[in-house]
Amino acid sequence: METPEQLRDILLKEAADADTLDALEALRVSALGKKGRITDLMKGLGQMDPDARKAAGQALNALKDEVAAAIDAKKTTLADADLDRRLMTEKIDVTLPSSPQADGYVHPISQTIDEIIAIFGEMGFTVAEGPDIEDDWHNFTALNIPPDHPARQEHDTFYLPGEHGERKVLRTHTSPTQIRTMTAHKPPIRIVVPGRTYRSDYDATHSPMFHQIEGLVIDKTSHMGHLKGCLIEFCRAFFEVDDLPVRFRPSYFPFTEPSAEVDIGCTREGGGLRIGHGDDWLEILGSGMVNPNVLRNCGIDPEEYQGFAFGMGIERVAMLKYGIPDLRTFYESDLRWLRHYGFRSLEVPGMVGGLVR
Amino acid sequence: MKFTLSWLKEHLETSASLTEITDALTMVGLELEGVEDRAKGLKTFVTAKVVEAKPHPNADRLRVCTVDPGNGETVELVCGAPNARTGMVGVFAPGGSYIPGTGITLKPTEIRGVTSNGMLLSEREMGISEEHDGIVDLDPATPIGKPAVDVMGLNDPIIDIAITPNRGDCLGVRGVARDLAAAGLGTLKPLANGPVPGAFKSSIDVKLDFDADHASACPYFVGRLIKGVANGESPAWLKEKLLSIGLRPISALVDITNLMTFDLNRPLHVFDADKVSGDLHVRLSKSGETLLALNDKEYTLDDEMTVIADDNGAEALGGVMGGEVSGVTAETVNVFVESAFFDPIRTAMTGRKLNLLSDARYRFERGIDPAFLETGMEVATRLILDLCGGEPSELVIAGTNPIQGRVIAFRPARVHGLTGIKISNDEILRILTLLGFEVSGSGETWDVTVPSWRSDIEMEACLVEEVARISGFDNIPATPLPRDTVLPTPALSEIQKRRIIARRTLAARGLTEAVTYSFMGEAEAALFADVPDSIRIANPISSELSVMRPTALANLIQAAGRNAARGFSDADLFEVGPQYAGDLPEDQTIAAVGIRTGNTAPKHWSHAVTPVDAYLAKADCEAVLGALGAPVDKLQVFTDVAAYYHPGRAGELRLGPKNTLARFGEINPRVLAALDVKGPVVAFEIFPDAVPMPKAKTAARARLTLSALQPLERDFAFVVDTDVPAAKVVQAARGAEKTLIEDIRVFDVFEGPSLGEGRKSLAITVVLQPTEKTLTDEDIEAVSQKIVVAVEKATGGVLRG
Repeated sequence: METPEQLRDILLKEAADADTLDALEALRVSALGKKGRITDLMKGLGQMDPDARKAAGQALNALKDEVAAAIDAKKTTLADADLDRRLMTEKIDVTLPSSPQADGYVHPISQTIDEIIAIFGEMGFTVAEGPDIEDDWHNFTALNIPPDHPARQEHDTFYLPGEHGERKVLRTHTSPTQIRTMTAHKPPIRIVVPGRTYRSDYDATHSPMFHQIEGLVIDKTSHMGHLKGCLIEFCRAFFEVDDLPVRFRPSYFPFTEPSAEVDIGCTREGGGLRIGHGDDWLEILGSGMVNPNVLRNCGIDPEEYQGFAFGMGIERVAMLKYGIPDLRTFYESDLRWLRHYGFRSLEVPGMVGGLVR
Repeated sequence: MKFTLSWLKEHLETSASLTEITDALTMVGLELEGVEDRAKGLKTFVTAKVVEAKPHPNADRLRVCTVDPGNGETVELVCGAPNARTGMVGVFAPGGSYIPGTGITLKPTEIRGVTSNGMLLSEREMGISEEHDGIVDLDPATPIGKPAVDVMGLNDPIIDIAITPNRGDCLGVRGVARDLAAAGLGTLKPLANGPVPGAFKSSIDVKLDFDADHASACPYFVGRLIKGVANGESPAWLKEKLLSIGLRPISALVDITNLMTFDLNRPLHVFDADKVSGDLHVRLSKSGETLLALNDKEYTLDDEMTVIADDNGAEALGGVMGGEVSGVTAETVNVFVESAFFDPIRTAMTGRKLNLLSDARYRFERGIDPAFLETGMEVATRLILDLCGGEPSELVIAGTNPIQGRVIAFRPARVHGLTGIKISNDEILRILTLLGFEVSGSGETWDVTVPSWRSDIEMEACLVEEVARISGFDNIPATPLPRDTVLPTPALSEIQKRRIIARRTLAARGLTEAVTYSFMGEAEAALFADVPDSIRIANPISSELSVMRPTALANLIQAAGRNAARGFSDADLFEVGPQYAGDLPEDQTIAAVGIRTGNTAPKHWSHAVTPVDAYLAKADCEAVLGALGAPVDKLQVFTDVAAYYHPGRAGELRLGPKNTLARFGEINPRVLAALDVKGPVVAFEIFPDAVPMPKAKTAARARLTLSALQPLERDFAFVVDTDVPAAKVVQAARGAEKTLIEDIRVFDVFEGPSLGEGRKSLAITVVLQPTEKTLTDEDIEAVSQKIVVAVEKATGGVLRG
């Protein structure tokens, strides 16, 4: 029988030589098992005197621990090597393209409307809506455009037969919703009205359907200075140019008096159009103080209340902001166009996170 | 509205530069459209005398000209113009000049053996007209060596401005000058307008033949007979003036009427008095009456138009156009001149009905100065006498000015109240006075008399606008809009937010938003709904856009067809927009509709290609409805669907039997064939407004109770008849036990010969969530039994062994 020292050397060597987990397990059993070689030595302790037994016992326990540790260490090494081998067999080609997720997009008209609402919402406006099919009174007469007015002819109106002899129109602007709001609600009023509008005109720069957004503020004190402050803030926020020049110049609309058109600064230097400081102006808004006749038509006393209104073309400002060259492409539903000019679903415009990603 | 700078200066005494003037025009509301500098590129061309023109030695049609360009050195050049001759004065381009009309830069050349230095130019070569019959042939008395642009009146920029419909008074140059003077650009020059004494009484009288109801058609008419005129060509100054604004000179008399129109906004008509039979009667037209107008077209009139008639019938359409028969010609000797006021509305209606636009109509329908009839006649008389000679009669006056001094009560404080401009009463008074308003009274309310030429000024707000625009909109102080609350309230209502949620949910699910027209073709619309007459457009732009859409589906399906034709056959498109059932506001509803076409995804190594199916569209509906807060697990699927869906592959999601929240399914192949689109196409229609509003408006969620006990799953497979809907199995199982069943999933559907004809196997997983204690085997067995019994009873099926 080997001495403990001899056994130690043998077992450690055997552990080092074991090349499979199975061999290692066999070693563990043959060394440390119930009938193992160390266990056998342990059995011999009983015949020793107490002092010798104590010393030999300690040595054997140390041997047992040392061998067990060596086996564990070797086990870890072998397991690692085994896993490494297995992992190598599991190799995949990570250059293969991943499974594509379909990308969806929001139309630039919707996105632009959301942006505009985000800005005006911050200024205390709420969103109002009205029908696309209107009657003459809401679309024209109440807005101070009598039937024989030259301005009415310039609207290129689409007509519908109407049920009871009174023809209907496809609204030529979002302004009839001003009337619907003022006849239904008492001032103070502060609304914006996005929506579809229609004119019987179709060429490179006109579409029979387009979108407008309208604003209306009615209270006891708002004047053209407020109109100016409100729209300058809007233009600068929308186009994201802090010091964007904004110009107000006199114009004419039947439903406002005084009336102003609003231009923003731009330059065409270097070929492309750039919004900002420059040598030129771009008209983007019509506006003015609500004509007292319009207030009166809605049952609001112009001696007590006053306010302003404004309107602009959604496509026009979207084209300017996003560099979209052709109006008609907005409605063609060409996937290539929609993907190029569209917006991702999570790009929700807001004044906190910014209008544009 | 076009005019030249020098023309403006005939009315405006000013030292302002062109840029100052054009900037001011825009800022008073007369928006600058453009400035045309006709002298641009022509500055090197000078007047030159042809000292001698002799035949070219080697060419029959060419001449060799010795030209004196006024710098002391004559040059020799070869010229092919037929009118080149000794002694004439023309326009000389020295060597090295760029010729705008030909795009060539001149170099000394040799033409058939003769050296040519420079060129004598035609108008076309100068780029100022199409005239190319010969070289420019100036008055022989023209000094030589002068810039041609000065001599030819080209050094006079043409200003083009847009006139808004309310500013009829600025359709004459004088009106523009008046606005500029008020804006501080100079002073308005007085008009030479004294009366011309009449030498005799006119032999033609004028009668206004209207009943009281129609007297407004022509309430005021001033005429004058002028005898012994010679209607030749106009002098150069007049022709140049008209040409500069794009009008063709015709004859002195016609040119004078055009000048009066564009200079003083006073359209006139001149009758050949010898072709007028009897007196002139201004009256309403008779139905069927015809008139051959000056444009050589014959018009048939109704009974609502104003005509000027003689014994032979209508001779002119009042305020619109004269007649050919009584018009002036080169032979005309005696003329009757008309300066009248015609009702703007009737004039507009007449022109519109006859589709006849004229410079006169354009002005009359915007309102002519009713106080300027006689003065205008005197100015015109003077011009006729100057240019054509003749002897004038006394004025023939019928009626009176219908609009006498309208007075508006004006509170000057309203300027600040409506515009925010800080402006003194003195300044307000100054501006109004310069614009021709007469102000009387003082204190808080003034009486302001509107000048006769400003028919657009109706009320106090109009006067505020006048003061503001002349003072300058730049003086309006940009003022922040006050806020009622520090934080804004939500801009969108619950209903409005739903559209945004629907839109962004669908985009997140991989669909792309389209915006299509609200109208569509009638035949296409009929595939989807019975289109009521009330939404047929009376004047459609084309037959493809002739009815309001009952659903946007057809537009999207057609869009998918167009995309497929471009090579993109997998089109997943949606639109959140209106649809129309009638012409009332409540007939317009919002729907989120979408389609998926072709395959679910392009060919890819990782998965098999699968065509789109109804379940994908159903998932879109459920995702959107879930995002909108609808109780998706409570929705029932109904299979009685609209005919444009596949009758066996479509359903409606309803809350209760009536409230349809969404539809989904395959589009009927017949519809696809009619729209010429290849299938499969699956579609969904979601009605966000139909989702019930949450009952309690609270952000707080229901109390969450979390079980400490693990859920467990049991699977069951039932063999049922193939037409038993899965929902019935699930519903029966769910009803079997009220407290323990947390969820039921269908995980397998199988049909095969082993089950027998007309049978299928439906396998479900039931998730049980113990609430109080861990379930024993007996508990689980008891629940399982209940489920089996309930399903077998409800479906007639059996548990699969």
